[in-house]
Amino acid sequence: MFRRADLRLAAAGAVLLAATSLMPGWLLVLAATALAKGIVALGLLLLMRAGLVPFGQAMFYCLGGYAAGLGSLWLGIRDVLLLLLLAGLAAGAAGWVVGLLIRRYRGIFFAMLSMAFSMILYGVLLKSQDLGSSDGFSVPRPTLLGLTMTGTPALRILFAVTVLLTVLLAWGVSAYLRTAMGQIGPAIRQNEVRVSYLGYEPDRLIHREYAASGLLAGVAGALVAMLVGQVDPGMGFWMTSGEFVFIAILAGTGGIWGSLGAAFILEAVHAIAFDVAPTYWRLILGGTLLVMILRFPAGLSSLAPRRVRRA
Amino acid sequence: MADAPALLEAQGLVMRFGAFTALRGISATIRGGEVVGLIGTNGAGKTTFLNMVTGYLRPTEGRVLLEGRDVTGTGPREMVGRGLARSFQVPQLFPEMTAREHLVLAEALADQGQRSLLGPLPEGGRAEAMLARFGLAAIADTAVSLVPQGQRKLIDIAMALMLRPRLLLLDEPTSGVSSAEKGPLMQTVFEAIRAGGVTVLFVEHDMEIVERYVTRILAFRDGELLADGTPEAVLRDREVARSVLRRKEVAT
Repeated sequence: MFRRADLRLAAAGAVLLAATSLMPGWLLVLAATALAKGIVALGLLLLMRAGLVPFGQAMFYCLGGYAAGLGSLWLGIRDVLLLLLLAGLAAGAAGWVVGLLIRRYRGIFFAMLSMAFSMILYGVLLKSQDLGSSDGFSVPRPTLLGLTMTGTPALRILFAVTVLLTVLLAWGVSAYLRTAMGQIGPAIRQNEVRVSYLGYEPDRLIHREYAASGLLAGVAGALVAMLVGQVDPGMGFWMTSGEFVFIAILAGTGGIWGSLGAAFILEAVHAIAFDVAPTYWRLILGGTLLVMILRFPAGLSSLAPRRVRRA
Repeated sequence: MADAPALLEAQGLVMRFGAFTALRGISATIRGGEVVGLIGTNGAGKTTFLNMVTGYLRPTEGRVLLEGRDVTGTGPREMVGRGLARSFQVPQLFPEMTAREHLVLAEALADQGQRSLLGPLPEGGRAEAMLARFGLAAIADTAVSLVPQGQRKLIDIAMALMLRPRLLLLDEPTSGVSSAEKGPLMQTVFEAIRAGGVTVLFVEHDMEIVERYVTRILAFRDGELLADGTPEAVLRDREVARSVLRRKEVAT
């Protein structure tokens, strides 16, 4: 049931949890954001394996953030776990609805259509004065199982929740990739017509995986919203989507480690570049990414040893 | 076999691509247990016909019936779900996957009604027997993009057979295969087919192979059904000999 890869995942989670008490507040936020973006990348991994790159994944990230914020303000839900559940379900449901249309498109049409949907959400949020227009609104500190959280301890607890959730979701995605259904995505990328002639509707798989990727992005958005204590329409802007696509391309399609690693690298380079050169940080970030893509064209996950099949 | 129930019926199929008419009203019936050969020159509409009866193309006019049920315009997935499978003139494979992975995936999808796709792949099952039957065991773990054409054809056909079809459509199973390999290839294919009691429609240019295996021939010319009958009758037909077989004289 549990494989060596699962143990490695659990070990990585344990190390991060153990380090929690040693990390300063700024690092906690940085690392938790990186993990949350890793969760988004896990969803993109599903779609990329099927040969699809959505350029509007920030829509679900943003929806998740707003769902957590509004769940707290309007519905009075304060518990972290309930808010995460709400955000995941809301974004997953949105993914399923958008998926009804988008499942029929491939390549650039898929990418652009998903971006169009995300820009609709961005536009609506920008014009919604009740939701704070371009400023968004602040998200109250959540509670965990009835415990009130404040200050740096709150960050530590949120970080720990993020670590546990990331491990759990990464384990879920890697288990899915090992199932028979997990093999259909790559088959669709390689020869979609043949998949139909094997009796499986490619659109159906893409619809499901798109909804699942929406759910994952929604959970990530909610985590970041609670961590930062603020949501704004920028979470759904195309540049946020672009960042996710960048992580996904840097990650490659080899598995969960590439996705999590790429999110960490992007976030780290981003932070360092911003610190070193506040004016030209984009230049440093872009240059680093360029070098990495030239050096690892198949993504970071191509560095992992290939699964050896029995002879 | 004339009294066996109709498995596949094409009624007045017409296919137009813009101003070009590929099929001009083809009607044909295939009954359970038959092995039907489909012959015709390039451009006669053979592949278009296969694409229509397997649901890949929606006919401009006409109907397709599978076991008496109108299936016009349903896609390949539904047709496969109803017991049809096909192979392709140019093997339609997954370039990065091995032969074994092809057959294992085909097995998982064939059994999706009985076994959840959210379980592990059915490794070590029927796929192994099929690899052995088609002599693919030696190259089972090589990516198919590195496998010779003849064996790619076999993988393509083996995938179709993994679906346990009742009706199998083979589009030029021997094209692109060296003449020395053609005989053994067809023998392997037909041994596998007979083991499963499958009805077959196959497109073929090699008349020796057609004569050896078929119980009936459909001959197409310019999108029309020129002849439909026993191999003896069709291959001796003057029009078929002239325009399909391109022979000057009818063999006697």
